[in-house]
Amino acid sequence: MRINKLYLSLLVLALLAPLVLYPVFLMKVLCYGLFACAFNLVLGYGGLLSLGHAAFLGTGAYTTGYLATRVGLTPELAILAGTAAAAALGALFGKLSVKRGGIYFGMITLALAQLVFFFYLQAPFTGGEDGMQGIPRGELFGLLSLEDNLTLYYFVLAVFLLGFWVIHRTVHSPFGQVMKAIRENEARAMSLGYNTDDFKWLLFTLSAAVAGLAGSTKALVFQLASLNDAHWQMSGEVVLMTLLGGVGTILGPLAGAGVIVTIQNQLSGGELGNYIHMIMGAIFVICVLAFRSGIVGEIQKLAGRGFSRQGR
Amino acid sequence: MFDINIMALSGQLLIGLINGSFYALLSLGLAIIFGLLNIINFTQGAMYMLGAFVAWFGLDLVGLDYWAALVVAPVLVGVVGMLVQRFLLRPIANENHLYSLLLTIGLAMIIQGFFTHLYGSSGLPYAMPEALKGGFRLPFMYLPMYRAWVVVAALVVCFATWWVIEKTRLGAYLRAGTENPQLMQAFGINVPLIVTATFGFGVALAAFAGVMAAPIYSVSPEMGANLLIVVFAIVVIGGMGSIAGAILAGLLMGVIEGLTKYFYPEASSTVIFLVMVLVLMLKPAGLFGKEA
Repeated sequence: MRINKLYLSLLVLALLAPLVLYPVFLMKVLCYGLFACAFNLVLGYGGLLSLGHAAFLGTGAYTTGYLATRVGLTPELAILAGTAAAAALGALFGKLSVKRGGIYFGMITLALAQLVFFFYLQAPFTGGEDGMQGIPRGELFGLLSLEDNLTLYYFVLAVFLLGFWVIHRTVHSPFGQVMKAIRENEARAMSLGYNTDDFKWLLFTLSAAVAGLAGSTKALVFQLASLNDAHWQMSGEVVLMTLLGGVGTILGPLAGAGVIVTIQNQLSGGELGNYIHMIMGAIFVICVLAFRSGIVGEIQKLAGRGFSRQGR
Repeated sequence: MFDINIMALSGQLLIGLINGSFYALLSLGLAIIFGLLNIINFTQGAMYMLGAFVAWFGLDLVGLDYWAALVVAPVLVGVVGMLVQRFLLRPIANENHLYSLLLTIGLAMIIQGFFTHLYGSSGLPYAMPEALKGGFRLPFMYLPMYRAWVVVAALVVCFATWWVIEKTRLGAYLRAGTENPQLMQAFGINVPLIVTATFGFGVALAAFAGVMAAPIYSVSPEMGANLLIVVFAIVVIGGMGSIAGAILAGLLMGVIEGLTKYFYPEASSTVIFLVMVLVLMLKPAGLFGKEA
């Protein structure tokens, strides 16, 4: 029951947070948190290091932006479409990359994402370097205006919880158990009759879909879809968030995203703004050398038994 | 599209060959490091940039000319690489290899961030060496001397590296170390030393490429980052199986990119990635790779 109490108190915290903190900041944390959770699904539970996840975030953002601006879709439909587009792209990426797992996987996903980046750079509808600006937040189901930051916050929170729930369910389902078996010993899983490539492909596609969901939501929050979303640096950032929070933990990526977004907000504009990439790099190196379990992983160690690993 | 302009076409082919030379040097370094350490070195792009910056500093501050830089930069950067391997990568060598890879990503961010902080993202010019100015007038095109030099020098270095690895005793140690490091160690060969030296040599190749690139492209902190992603695609195309494969795939992709610039310029930045997709569909192990 301990785990439910933890989730419940976090939920109460999330509901009350906008009373204290700026809603846009919170929404940014939630969007990146969801993005990192999606990424963690492939790295933490599939053992696959994807370096191209920005492509899904960007595809979600651009698709939603285009449909909300040009076609005038309501936000929930635009987000749904963005998620579907990212899932389709993920299915394609997955088909090409899971066959050559291991060390190649990262390089292939990175190169594919770069291909997508160049597509968005050259495509006429994305606005090139300027990005797609002034995306309308619209009215939910055509009824409830999302213009107000606070209203939008609760909508984003709901989206986050939905995505988080999907990930949670996946990890604790029989499918998730097979994925863990594949991660720990692929040859054995294969000998048990599992087609491991199919499992990885499905996991990757699901992860891409949730990453797209995060990107779509982010596009509505900032009313902007830009090349930054699809840039390889974004793929690097999500790795960092996950690593810092704790690879393979359910809540780690959210914690990592919270810390990184906070650092970025604090530094940008300040004197240290120029050092931001160096600081991010240094956090990367320190995490790898001395802090491999990440924030949540370390807390779990201290607590003696896992919060999120109870389901095992 | 069908009335082909020989001058323009051969010009693009030459540029393609030059880019291909850089691709070959970088993917060769990656392949060598991968062979022994089993990691993809993400600092390769940063080391290429460092090489160019050593040349630029040398010329600007201490009057180190181009020819000296061609030797000094790879040595210096190679030493940096060996220090990185010895003090950062070796302690985590027994962890999951993904951590080593992540470490090199972090390092690349630090190095690139540091130089961007100092010099911004605009390029610094590097003067062409006197002896390599001018060029040859061929019947169908004008061949600048420096460009010819780059292609020849890169080919010589690549061939020499291939020869050392495939044909000499030292190379035999390297190949044996790739197959079975424990057994090598048991035979009394200092494997950790070989691993450190190999990493140093791999990044030195990148630095060498960086110095040669300095007079053609301007020296800038971001020169390595985007190039590295292209090189990754080339590594996937070639497959990590062979040293010769890394070199050939690099040159081939450079030429294909050059041809694309002539026939369909819009696709020139994406053609290598598209070839990668094609290769993954038809021959997943890569053109020269062995099925794992």
